[in-house]
Amino acid sequence: MNIIPEKNYLTYPKGLKSWLFTLDHKRIGLMYLFAIMFFFLVGGIFALMIRLELFSPGKDIVSADTYNQLFTLHGAIMIFLFIIPSIPASLGNLILPLMLGAKDVAFPRLNLASWYIYVFGAMFAVYSMIAGAADTGWTFYTPYSIETNTAVISLTTGAFILGFSSIFTGLNFLVTIHKLRAPGMTWFKMPLFVWGLYATSIIQVVATPVLGITLLLLILERVAGIGIFNPALGGDPVLFQHFFWFYSHPAVYIMILPGMAIISELISVHSHKKIFGYKVIAYSSLAIAFISFLVWGHHMFVSGQSELAGMIFSFLTFFVGVPSGIKVFNWVATLYKGAVRFTTPMLYTFAFLILFSIGGLTGIFLGALSVDVHLHDTYFVVAHFHYTMMGGTVIAFFAGLHHWWPKIWGRMYNERIAKITAVLVFIGFNLTFIPQFIMGAHGMPRRYYDYLPQFQGMHELSTYGAYLLGFAFTIMAVYLIHSIFKGKPAGNNPWGGLTLEWQTTSPPDPHNFHEVPVWTHGPYDYDKIKVTPDLEKELETA
Amino acid sequence: MSKKDHQEHVIPLMVYLAVGAALLVLTVITVAVSYVNLGPFNLVVAIGIATFKAMLVALFFMHLLYDNKLFMAVFLSGLMFLGVFIILTMFDTMKRDMIYDEVAKPINPKAVIYQESAPPTDQTGGQQ
Amino acid sequence: MDVATDRPAYLAEHFTDAEQQKESAKLGMWVFLLTEILLFGGLFCAYAIYRAWYPDMFYNAHKHLDVVLGAVNTVVLILSSVTVALAIHAIQHNKRKQSIIFLTVTLLFAATFLVIKYFEYSHKIHLGMLPGKFYTYTGIEGTNPHIFFTIYFTMTGLHGLHVLAGMIVIGWVLIRTIKGHFNSEYYTPVENAGLYWHLVDMIWIYLFPLLYLVG
Repeated sequence: MNIIPEKNYLTYPKGLKSWLFTLDHKRIGLMYLFAIMFFFLVGGIFALMIRLELFSPGKDIVSADTYNQLFTLHGAIMIFLFIIPSIPASLGNLILPLMLGAKDVAFPRLNLASWYIYVFGAMFAVYSMIAGAADTGWTFYTPYSIETNTAVISLTTGAFILGFSSIFTGLNFLVTIHKLRAPGMTWFKMPLFVWGLYATSIIQVVATPVLGITLLLLILERVAGIGIFNPALGGDPVLFQHFFWFYSHPAVYIMILPGMAIISELISVHSHKKIFGYKVIAYSSLAIAFISFLVWGHHMFVSGQSELAGMIFSFLTFFVGVPSGIKVFNWVATLYKGAVRFTTPMLYTFAFLILFSIGGLTGIFLGALSVDVHLHDTYFVVAHFHYTMMGGTVIAFFAGLHHWWPKIWGRMYNERIAKITAVLVFIGFNLTFIPQFIMGAHGMPRRYYDYLPQFQGMHELSTYGAYLLGFAFTIMAVYLIHSIFKGKPAGNNPWGGLTLEWQTTSPPDPHNFHEVPVWTHGPYDYDKIKVTPDLEKELETA
Repeated sequence: MSKKDHQEHVIPLMVYLAVGAALLVLTVITVAVSYVNLGPFNLVVAIGIATFKAMLVALFFMHLLYDNKLFMAVFLSGLMFLGVFIILTMFDTMKRDMIYDEVAKPINPKAVIYQESAPPTDQTGGQQ
Repeated sequence: MDVATDRPAYLAEHFTDAEQQKESAKLGMWVFLLTEILLFGGLFCAYAIYRAWYPDMFYNAHKHLDVVLGAVNTVVLILSSVTVALAIHAIQHNKRKQSIIFLTVTLLFAATFLVIKYFEYSHKIHLGMLPGKFYTYTGIEGTNPHIFFTIYFTMTGLHGLHVLAGMIVIGWVLIRTIKGHFNSEYYTPVENAGLYWHLVDMIWIYLFPLLYLVG
């Protein structure tokens, strides 16, 4: 029978103070998890309001100005407060040191500081909502962001501060992975989740400072009129877009690489088969991290950048497809002849494979210079990045959350309800965004408050889908929270994973391991080692 | 890294002093050269000397020559990404006149503060 | 869990030995320096682009910067880099007093740098050579000279902030050295503060010729 250890990181030490000043990576990860889920809720509510407004042409619930603020806040909150910290800061913090067999991350105090910096930055973002929320879109393009009377400065200050939190997480992980691996864990014996986070961290530390300087210059532009990005002062607004996308394009890989990392992990564990092409998947993460810095100009094909730059960026963009494609093929090949379990995490993994493939392939369309001229700034783009960001990262995040949930809390959620919810999420998601692909291809521009009657049917479908999605997430919140208190004890290794986090108790000890673990096998050696998942043992004994 | 490598970090005092002296001499040279008109090579020489000085600082003062080569890789990768940033951006800003002449320059080559001889702050103050 | 008995006080619990802790701290510092390079990188990029657009204006405008003050500041920063290196060298040999002296001298050099910078700034501000829309000076030929001063002030201003931050870090290290926290076994914070200070110096090594000498 599975039991929950008396003394674990959740119960020891006790008291609010022991949480607020904790240096334990697991507690910090949990605090991040709560924070980002809160902002996922806020951003999600904004999304539902946007969809309700777009249900029919003309004004439904909010004014046009409010609508502009809504989509700006939806974008900014989902990007800076939810999706960028989502997987690395929450699941990464919780799981990475366990996987490495380390007692903690390399700099625990910096880790706690990054959480407080996150909260501090979030307060600026929340303040900007009260003080006349920005209406520039999350991209803050000049010259409009210089001229608008809305609270651009507080929102950009918030994003600037959040950047530090992101940098500190990345820095911490880089050093942890380099220096704190368990004895015996060489680079190519690391779990792929670690590889993915390693590549992510590289992007975080290289790209985020450029966002910092960009937002700083934008703030100076508003406060002091320095003129670098302001055409009225002889500056160049397209330069702002270069600065912005030099961060923000790699940033989309900060979002998707951890998602891919989770999928690489889950697909092997839940099919009990050695991952196909381990090294190639590891290298392809690094390749994506590197190529991501060469392609930012594909956001600017119609911005007035030079035709030469457009051609170069379009050409380079196609290269991102190669490592991404390699990963997808390897995942599918891993499934072949595996003992596939249709668990909840696995259902999300399948959803990821389908949705990410659609998102990735439409990205190739948009990366083609001539096609993009037609599709630029339409709902096609909106659908594309929601397929990658939400269908990719968020779905992978939920896959990982369901995968490690029993490790984090020691308790199992109700699998039957969870599986039904997974299906609802999949249907709701597609119902929301497939119509947007169609509308976009027919020329419905993004960020518009009003639209031609011919698009109404598609907008209605999309709104229904969004509310179905909202409903599904509500169920998920209910059964997950219920499981924290009432779930059945899950056992130390509910899925039969071979990586180190499954060798400690669930929930883990405050010090992670009772003795320093030694890494003797590969992370996915299912061909050599036979493990029976604790959940299946339960079934057999029952 | 073993304990032995760690001991090698202690480099002789003379090295620091020599590098410091070299940096001062190079500063004098770069100032002196700037008074000679070499055309576009002024920039090349200035950046060349600066890079040499930066290299001295990195290799000796920052111990890159002696330390774990990983640190060197981190440092160089920073410079590489910076190079990517500047070069790819300039593929845009320098080539805007390839097809259409009228976009050859930044969008407004003569800023409003110089036009109409009005007090400069009035022109853009209204936009804030 | 069993705790090894010979663990020194400075060794954090989650590291297995002092070497691992030291290497981790230094790697962390280098990654942080990488982010600093990229932070300044944005401004270097802006410099490169505007200089390529308006070479004549940059040439004319840079003549209005004071080469002597810039060169003196360069020398001051180089000397401060030497002293901070010597401070590390001293602590490596357990010469705590020497180390304290060198760190103090470094702080004085840093302060000198900022004072000189202050005089340069006030002179520029007095003449109306201000960034962007506040630019009122009329004596510079060429297109949009205010852009030059935007770049001058943002680059040197950000650098100045880093000098200030460096002074705080070195001051903190100095206090800890006085308190006797460091010796030849453990001096990683001194070393990391030194690394940061050298980077600040290195950035100035580029700013000086780019702004003062070739424009």
